[in-house]
Formats: sequence, C-alpha cells, structure tokens
Amino acid sequence: MTDALIALVALPLTAALLALLLPRIATALVIFSGLAITASAIALLYGVNTAGALHYELGGWTAGLGIALRADGLSAILLLMIALVMFAASVYASAYFGKASERAQFWPLWLLLWTALNALLLSGDLFNLYVTLELLGLSAVALAALSGKHAAVQAALRYLLVGLLGSMLFLVGVALLYAGYATLDLATLTQVVKPGPIAWSALTLMTFGLLLKTALFPLHFWLPPAHGSAPAPVSAVLSALVVKAAFYLVLRLWLDVFADIVTPTAANLLGVLGAGAVLWGSWQALRAERLKLLAAYSTVAQLGYLFLFFPLLLALPPGPARDVATGGLVMLALTHGFAKAGLFLAIGIVQQRSGHDNIQELGGMVQRLPLTTFAIALAGVALIGLPPSGTFLGKWQLISAAIATGQWLWVAVTAIGSLLAAAYIFRILGHAFGNQPYPHQAVAVAREEWPALLLTLTATLVLGLAGAHVWTLLENGS
Amino acid sequence: MLTTQWLYALSGCLLLALGLRSALLHPALLQRILAINVMGSGVFMLLIAIAYRGPGMPPDPIPHALVLTGIVVAVSATALALALARRLTREQPHD
Repeated sequence: MTDALIALVALPLTAALLALLLPRIATALVIFSGLAITASAIALLYGVNTAGALHYELGGWTAGLGIALRADGLSAILLLMIALVMFAASVYASAYFGKASERAQFWPLWLLLWTALNALLLSGDLFNLYVTLELLGLSAVALAALSGKHAAVQAALRYLLVGLLGSMLFLVGVALLYAGYATLDLATLTQVVKPGPIAWSALTLMTFGLLLKTALFPLHFWLPPAHGSAPAPVSAVLSALVVKAAFYLVLRLWLDVFADIVTPTAANLLGVLGAGAVLWGSWQALRAERLKLLAAYSTVAQLGYLFLFFPLLLALPPGPARDVATGGLVMLALTHGFAKAGLFLAIGIVQQRSGHDNIQELGGMVQRLPLTTFAIALAGVALIGLPPSGTFLGKWQLISAAIATGQWLWVAVTAIGSLLAAAYIFRILGHAFGNQPYPHQAVAVAREEWPALLLTLTATLVLGLAGAHVWTLLENGS
Repeated sequence: MLTTQWLYALSGCLLLALGLRSALLHPALLQRILAINVMGSGVFMLLIAIAYRGPGMPPDPIPHALVLTGIVVAVSATALALALARRLTREQPHD
C-alpha cells in the first residue's frame, strides 16, 4: 500500500517533466497518468480503510532527517477528490485549449500543480508542508496568468504576493516551533507541544498565513479577481482544490497538532470570520454581474461555512459527537469541491460559446446549451444545500452541532447564507430560461460538457446518497 | 557566544518587521517584491540563530538545510513576480 503513497507524488511529477520535454504527446500523457493517479488514490483509500493510517519513510531516512509520507482517512478522501476533479478538468482542458501551443504551456504547470496538491496532503512534517505550499502557490499563479491578458496578469501578481506573504508568516511559525521543540514532525509535535508563548505565537503566525492563502473573509480580496480571470479549468481547480489545501492545513493544526492549545475564544474568532465570509460572499455573489465572479464570491462564502465548524468542534467533547461533526465538515468540503469545479467548467463552456459571461445576457441559454445549463443547476442544488446533495448532510451536521452546543448564531448565519445562495442560483437560472432567441451558434463539445456534468452529479447525488461512507472512512482511517 | 546568537535573532526579527511593514504599506509593485525578500532574509537570519548550539559545538544542520531550501524558493518566487511585473509595465507604459 505504501506504493500508492509514492505513486501519488512520483506519477504527476514524472508526467510534468515528460510533458515539458515531449509536448506533442503531452495530452495523452496527462490522460494516462491521470488514470494511474486516480487508481493510486483509490488504492490508498482502500488501504487506509482496511489497515488504518499509512506511513512511509523515503529512502529509509527516519523522520527528522528524511522525508516521511503519511496518509490517514482525511487525507485519503481529499486525495481521491483531487484525483477525480483534476482528471475531469484535464479531459475538459484537452478540448478547451484549442491550439497545440496553448496546451504545451498548460500541461507541465497543470501536472506540477497536481504534484504539489498530492505532496501537500501526504506530507507529515512542517518544512515539507512549507515547500509544497510554495510549489502549489507558484504553479497556481503561473496557471492563473496563462491567458496573458492584463487583468489576469495583474490578478495573478497580487495572488502571488499575498501567497508569498502568507507562506513567509507560516515559515516564521515553523522556525519558532523548531526553536522551541527541536522537531518539525507533526506527530512528534502533537505530543510535545505545550501551552505557552512559543506555541501561541507560532499558531497565530501560521494560522494567519494560511488564512491569507485560504481567503477567509476579510482576507479574501485577492480571490475573486484571480479566480475570475483565469482560464476555466484553472478557475475550477483554484476554487475547488487549491484554497482547500490551505484550509486542510488549518484543520490539521487546530484539531491535531495544537489541539491542547487552541482556546474557545480563538475558535470563536474563526467562527465569526467564517460567518462574515458566508454573509459577505453570498451577498457579493448575488450582486455580481459576471458568472465567473459570482462563482468566485460563492467560493468565499462556502469557505466560510467550513470555518463555522471550529467553534462547534471545540465545544463538543472529543468522542463520537465530535467525530460526527467533523464528518459533516469534510462532507461540506468535498461537495463544494465537486460542485464548484463543475460550475466553473460549465461557465467556461458558456463563456466560450457566447464570448461573454454576463448574467443579464444569458437569455435562451437553456435552448442552446441544455446539458451545460443542467450542470449549472445541479451545481446550484449542491451550493444551496438542497437534498440529496452532500452539502445538505454537511449543513445538517453543522446545524445539529450548533443546536447541541447552544450556539444559535451559527444556525441563523447558515439559514441566511443558504437563502442568499438560492437567490443567486435562481438569478442565473431565471436569465438562462429567458425566451430571447440565443444570438450565438452554440455547439457543445462532449469532452467539455460531460466532465462538468459528472462532477456536479457527484456533488448532488453520489455524495448525498453514499455519504455515510465518508464517516466510516474517517473513523477507520484514523 | 550568546550575544552573537541574539544579534542574529534580533536583527532577523527587525528585518522581518521592516519587510512586513513595507509589504503592507507600499503600493508600488517593486517595493512590495523587495519587501517580501527582506522578510525572507529576516526569517533566514532567525533560522541561522536557531542553529547555534553553543561554543565548540557544530551547528544544527536542519535549520541550515531549511535556509538553503528557503533561498531556492525565494529566488524562484522573486523571478516569477518580476516576470509578471515586467509584463504588466510593458503593456502599460504610461503607468
């Protein structure tokens, strides 16, 4: 099973180098390595489910000197989501980028991003996490700037500077922890870390750096322009996966490594920022004039829900009740990943066929692009949180935990956020069903429509109906 | 030499604070890129100070390895930032 751990990093990295050297066969290379990575992610999930958390030391060097790869239930589930979303977006991108020269620039960076995501989720020590964060940031910025348009380059540069600032703060936290405890290994740190100025300042610095990267309100200012001006497949993975990688690290630090250090007050602060994100992000999404900006602001809002869980998890005693709520959090993150990726891919089709993505001018879209409109509607079901989507299960756990711990404020925030989400989704659909004759000749390509459709179907049906497995996997894989 | 170690650590913190201040306050692109590099040097100084283990003892190799990796990352990130910035200014010569 440790082969899967190595394959998840080695496969995309090798493919990235080969795609750079052999641009002519790069598309086939991406599809084949994508299949192999997905198979490895499934094997890893199976292994973690049967044998518990996995661990491998590269080259036999023990933790401290060498690089250790680790996977537990949480990372294995997220790795499978990354593999499926990246694979679907790869198929889409092979049709989206029409020119061979565009594809030749795109594939190496794309595979490098995939490598960074996988390596980040498998890293078990703080310095490798820093390196993978930087690798992820650099490849994401380069991809966001790919169109070369002025707005895209400007947004990408701001994205880069914010990301660098975030990782610098993270690195200071790492240095402080090493000075205090002489280890970078997460598992060792979990045992030795004690409440005190070192741990508090390290946690504050690292959390602040990561919140910048995960775009938690009010640090989200860079996200809408960067996600809104990138090519469609890039926006999809930036919104669905890249911001989640930083969130995953916050989750690891707060719930595992610093579990004895975090205070309810600090968790409440994250909750308040999350509530701000839900309300502000949803409101801005409702007012957005372009589909892509709507989707980007909706990402800001959906990330807010994830942070609402922190005060709830801290108020619940460790045990079954907390595990159930954690499952709800993972479910929300998964559903958003699939739904938002599908939504951005579908928006990309609309934008390519009609040359714009103004919501006001979508009239007649349903006649010309019925499958694409269906995918947008399905993504909407998941973003609002209607049953049978996975979001419904996640929000259900959020609300039950809030009621069980008497924190009614979060219930109100969730209710208002869901209503606003319904409003912005129905605003798109309202225009799409308008009966103006659609002025553009729209011929949809199956390689573009099916990935969007399958991703949104996963969010609304598969995760909702087979959701119980997520909780079992988290329990078996701990 | 305890004092040398503290000199490194404190000047590292000072560089970090100066860099952070400029990165947040200066709107000019080049200044921001430089400020983030100054912050990086501050962190590296801090790590070098951490590596000191006492007179006559060899320094801890792990923080040194971190500094080396950190420099590589900082150089590549700066290169990307400068390339993007040049692209922006080339397109808008009047700015």
